[in-house]
Amino acid sequence: MAGQPVLECCGLRRCFGRLVAVDGVGFHIDPGETYGLLGPNGAGKTTSISMIAGLLERDGGEVTVAGEPMTTRSVRAKNAIGYVPQDLAIYPDLSGRENLMFFARLYGMPTSQAKRRTDEVLTLTGLADRAGDQTKQYSGGMKRRLNIGIGLLHQPKLLILDEPTVGVDPQSRNAILESVEGLSGAGMAVLYTTHYMEEAERLCDRIGIIDHGKLIAEGTRDELVSLVGEGDQVRLSATGDLAGAAADLAARSWVRQAKALDGSIDLVVENARGELPAILTEVASVGVIVRSVEVTEPDLEAVFLHLTGRALRD
Amino acid sequence: MRATWLICAKDLKARLRDRSAILIGIVVPLGLAFIFNSIFSGISGGSDVISLGVVNADHGAISQQFTSQVLPAVGRSGLIAIHPEASLTQARALAAKGTLFAVIVIPAGFSARVQVGQPASMQVIGNVDDPVSTEVARSIAESFTADLNRIRLSVATVAAGSAQPAGSVPLPPARIQALAAQAAAVAAPVAVSDVSAQTKELNQKSFFAAGMAVFFLFFTVQFGVTSLLEERNDGTLARLLAAPISRASILGAKLLTSFLLGVISMTVLAVATTLLFGATWGNPLGVAVLVVAAILAATGIMALIATLARNAEQAANWQSVVAVILGLLGGTFFPVSQAPGVLSRLTFVAPQAWFLRGLGDLRGGSISVVWVPALAMLGFAAVAGGLAMTRLRRIAEV
Repeated sequence: MAGQPVLECCGLRRCFGRLVAVDGVGFHIDPGETYGLLGPNGAGKTTSISMIAGLLERDGGEVTVAGEPMTTRSVRAKNAIGYVPQDLAIYPDLSGRENLMFFARLYGMPTSQAKRRTDEVLTLTGLADRAGDQTKQYSGGMKRRLNIGIGLLHQPKLLILDEPTVGVDPQSRNAILESVEGLSGAGMAVLYTTHYMEEAERLCDRIGIIDHGKLIAEGTRDELVSLVGEGDQVRLSATGDLAGAAADLAARSWVRQAKALDGSIDLVVENARGELPAILTEVASVGVIVRSVEVTEPDLEAVFLHLTGRALRD
Repeated sequence: MRATWLICAKDLKARLRDRSAILIGIVVPLGLAFIFNSIFSGISGGSDVISLGVVNADHGAISQQFTSQVLPAVGRSGLIAIHPEASLTQARALAAKGTLFAVIVIPAGFSARVQVGQPASMQVIGNVDDPVSTEVARSIAESFTADLNRIRLSVATVAAGSAQPAGSVPLPPARIQALAAQAAAVAAPVAVSDVSAQTKELNQKSFFAAGMAVFFLFFTVQFGVTSLLEERNDGTLARLLAAPISRASILGAKLLTSFLLGVISMTVLAVATTLLFGATWGNPLGVAVLVVAAILAATGIMALIATLARNAEQAANWQSVVAVILGLLGGTFFPVSQAPGVLSRLTFVAPQAWFLRGLGDLRGGSISVVWVPALAMLGFAAVAGGLAMTRLRRIAEV
């Protein structure tokens, strides 16, 4: 992840009339890094990436892609970006191959190279056997794959995916997530917007949480979770001297809270996964028999709730 | 420019593939031109030249004058073909078959009755399905009989003036013939007037071919400029804007698509109507100038309408309304220029009127006559197109 960032943006601002859609958003993405922009619908994600991709004039701020300043007229900066819009941006009356060839030529590839890359992307997206069919005959999942494939054609340094799994069936969704994981593994920087917390947690090295046009938090998942200030919750369903076991556990430095309830012990600990063996050893030493263990870790949903007072999907 | 051609080629491929452009740009205008031509051919006899039969059962001096002097003069206009027929029965049969559009019959004894001052009449046999030809035949016959009446009146006046009191001898026949010859010498021959005006009008086949072509041209060019709105609605515009190409190349591609669709449509229609219907469009270079000017005007106006709409569907509706109104005003279905009052002047707010006028002028004159109508259409293109370009830049945003 070393080297010059593929994307640097700071102070992005865009107003629509009196509405401030994006206000001071800034972050960077390193090569090979997947950065998630997480926020509810209407938070300003699409407006932000529209400015980053050079689709939309900005009222303020700076964007640099692969060292090139980005404006709506920047050719070199745009060449470094693969943009996959939220809508299915493909031509229904053209075949999959014709769609890919068109965009390959539009990105300046000579015909021979365009044909080669088209074949590669058709294979990558699993559409080679339907390449000659008009895309209006494709299933929703096939269209989604082609939509992403077009963004990969010219092997960009930065791939921008704007909520690519909206309206996608679980099987296709999983395929898309797997392909994105593969891209970052191949060294491509990815900017991924979503309002699905699970996707951001699964894919992203770092996550920016955006709400009402402002980037309200940024960091790795663990860094963001730590903002909540809560530990992991552990519930031991058990029999025996539960009160004594709880008292012993409460004495441990990594246990923030321990309570014996009817048939269970509820704990709040700093690192449940790491300390679970110690917890089980401790309660066993006082004769408590554990029937089941339930661990609940704080997630990005909790982070968003903590930061905004609202649920992510409100 | 490369991007412009790429986008244009993609749009043309998609348009030709979904067949809507072919339908609107070629099939429908060709079909309507054929239908209108067939309908109006039925009324006028199916030909630009009116075939008139003449049955001369008289063979007297006056009827000979009609068949040997008057009718040939009429025939020289090129609009009427005279067919002498031997008998009334044969003429009726040909009229019933539609070979003759009307028949003028000169009954036996016609000349003798005229010469002695008795009432005489010519007959016109017409076809109820072809009132125009019947009226033409009637007009020719009436012109001749009016001439005869004038001569007869002149002779009668002279005879009355030179007559002696009661019991005197009437003028000798030789004297009467001399007077009639004198009167006839000053009589204007019957002829079809305003021949020059006729040559500056499109014939029926050409009128419907050109009228339908330019009427549907305004629908055909929609496909190019409206596709920008479709791309915005479908999300593909965002992808184009994210590509390393200029916005001008996207806008240029849409306008170029409209222009090329117009060129394809007009070229195919001009060739097809010439080959299939026998339409005569005129000097190819002059026609090309008028066609290019018409396409540019149509593209500019339709682009401007598209920029006023919120989406492709609304744009298509508004464009259709404007295309129909301009088409009617422009006289693509019937000549509005012959309508009374304001309407006849209003026709020139439509580029279609200038196009048809240009083709008409081209038929009757040299190629230089196309510049005025062409410049008028280019004026429409410049004004509407200029306004459209400024507004199109706003549409080319996500």
